[in-house]
Amino acid sequence: MHNKVTRQNIQDIKDLLGHDIVIDSDISEDYSHDEMTIYGTRAPDLVITPKCTEDVSKLLKYANDHLLPVIARGAGTGLCGGCVAIEGGILVDMSHMDKILEIDKKTMTATFEPGVILMNAIEKVSEEGFLYAPDPGEKSATIGGNVMTNAGGMRAIKYGVTRDHIKGLEVVLADGSVITLGGKTSKNSSGYDLKDLIIGSEGTLAIVTKIIAKIIPKPKLMTSLLIPFSTLKDALDAVPYITNLEDVATTIEFMEKEVIEDARLYLGKDFPNKDYNAYLIVSYSGNNKNELERMINLCAELALEKGAIDVFISDTEERQASIWDARGAFLEAIKNSTTEMDECDVVVDIDKVADFNDFAKNVAGRENIRIRSFGHAGDGNLHIYILKDDMPDDIWQRKAKAFMDELYEEAAILKGQVSGEHGIGHAKKAYLKDSLDPAVIELMKKIKVAFDPHNILNPAKVIDIE
Amino acid sequence: MNIVVCVKQVPATQKVDVDPVTGVLLRNGIDTKMNPFDLVAMEAAKRIADKTGAKIHALTMGPNSAIEVLKESFALGADEGWLLSDRKFAGADVLATAYSLASAIKAIGDVDLIICGKQTTDGDTAQVGPEMAEVLGIPHISWALELEEIDDKGLILRQDLTTKDAIVRIDYPCLITVEKTMYQPDLPSYRLLKASKDKKIHTLTASDIDGLDHTRIGLDGSPTQVEKIFAPSSNTETQVLEGDIDTVSDELYAILKKTKLIKEEA
Repeated sequence: MHNKVTRQNIQDIKDLLGHDIVIDSDISEDYSHDEMTIYGTRAPDLVITPKCTEDVSKLLKYANDHLLPVIARGAGTGLCGGCVAIEGGILVDMSHMDKILEIDKKTMTATFEPGVILMNAIEKVSEEGFLYAPDPGEKSATIGGNVMTNAGGMRAIKYGVTRDHIKGLEVVLADGSVITLGGKTSKNSSGYDLKDLIIGSEGTLAIVTKIIAKIIPKPKLMTSLLIPFSTLKDALDAVPYITNLEDVATTIEFMEKEVIEDARLYLGKDFPNKDYNAYLIVSYSGNNKNELERMINLCAELALEKGAIDVFISDTEERQASIWDARGAFLEAIKNSTTEMDECDVVVDIDKVADFNDFAKNVAGRENIRIRSFGHAGDGNLHIYILKDDMPDDIWQRKAKAFMDELYEEAAILKGQVSGEHGIGHAKKAYLKDSLDPAVIELMKKIKVAFDPHNILNPAKVIDIE
Repeated sequence: MNIVVCVKQVPATQKVDVDPVTGVLLRNGIDTKMNPFDLVAMEAAKRIADKTGAKIHALTMGPNSAIEVLKESFALGADEGWLLSDRKFAGADVLATAYSLASAIKAIGDVDLIICGKQTTDGDTAQVGPEMAEVLGIPHISWALELEEIDDKGLILRQDLTTKDAIVRIDYPCLITVEKTMYQPDLPSYRLLKASKDKKIHTLTASDIDGLDHTRIGLDGSPTQVEKIFAPSSNTETQVLEGDIDTVSDELYAILKKTKLIKEEA
């Protein structure tokens, strides 16, 4: 059991860390939730804004000795309540540790503090002629948050997810000790890969204070194809064929007319084409025009053969902005179109995306609820949103739960996973537990206890210990 | 009905070097694209053609490599492509360019409507369109913001007069120049691109155009010369004068005189 944070604790922590990084009054409301207030809000008892690893280390040692819960937070852009102090405790706002420490061209690595904002990381690395390949849609998230949720994004099909690009971590364990896992080396077969355990652990195993990421040479050119289809099923059915082409696409996204319209209303900007029901966006990157043209032609011919109505070519900065600005705004646009929403981030095999999406639509139709969906067709990760609109609260809660229950049940039947990239937090805990073999859950619990014997790190998230 | 859309190939990036001696943009070897304003002109042409059944002709002046921008016009819905290309046209300023393009339009014949982008992203003058209309002796509306009505006699447009908008009707034959915000242009269609792969492009040289005044084209026909090229800076400084009318007007007069914006009457 944890202790409640007392006045004495606060005074001790102030003495330990200095008054300037401790906030114990007028705590901003922002700290009481992430992007999904539907999963519950709660203000932390205390907020710490560490400036260095030592601050985090001292705090954790104290919290561990006094059994105080500690919740690490990046930019608060999570979607599962992962950074919310749902049981109270000390919130550690890592966003002030935001230095890009090094871009090392020789080892092709970039070293970040966890609070670096993703878009700043991408930009800085790009200025040096390199690419930090993971491409989560939420560019105002922190790199630390991305590591903690193993964020995916739109380029996963070609480059993989955050985990595939993290080579080393400095972390602070629950007892305050600081360890380094991995490093700049390209290979590592030296014992259990604890770094990979930390990635995606949502702050339940340790707090990350330094991140060594892989960077790769930046492709010079990118062209996207906007491919319209009569139905979403036609579009999704074409995807496995596109992934079989000799060139690996950088992204394959799907979207429907309605969500494009939401984005138009939200951004006040027209989409370059909105005549058709469903679209794929397929992107290719390369280093010269001829190479790229060949990739585009192969994909365009295949798409037409598989029922595409046409293939539109986005090959200039303005054209890319016209489609990707809209794509980047989908989540906010959907949110803007309703009063409240719940979301599901399941991932299924890529040849099951169409079936799963149809299933969701059928359930929504049957229950008379409005949903929106879009997602990463190329890696099977769907984002399905159920919208409250003007539904009364009690009906909404019942319907949303029933809808989600059915969706996760179907995902399990299709051998999918509960979360593709958003994580579990406390919102999806029950679904995770149901979806995994009890032996797996038991093993996870043992890992949690091994790292954090007193369960002070982000308690009640991902799995329940008690 | 025939619509001519003037299109221009411009550098794809903003980072273009300038020849320090001649002041000419060094275009060789850099990636190019269709002038973004011209994409909107193509889109406007398509909307008008949808209502009137007009044929869309894309016209460009430039070296042979400018064929690329005409091919892109086909992928955007143009029916015909015209390349005005001759060494004699090279080095043209806005006036010589307007004269050359207007002469090409006469050579195309039976043109009812000419649509230009408001300006290009490399020259930024916004003069060629209106000057062409003057050469052709037809009315024009520049800086069109919206196409309000389309019929087979003419158009009703919303025009940007900087501080106010005007709703204007203009009858064919005429010329309009369009603002970038008029439409979100369509992306080029692979189907159209493929279908137009072997499509013939009409090439016009100086000698193909009857009655062309050779003293009005190219470098020799250009009364203006580029002295310096620099990125436009925008610095709107606002100064508010307060007080009674006499004080304010005296102050304003003093400022205008000091900044040499007016001369004192002799």
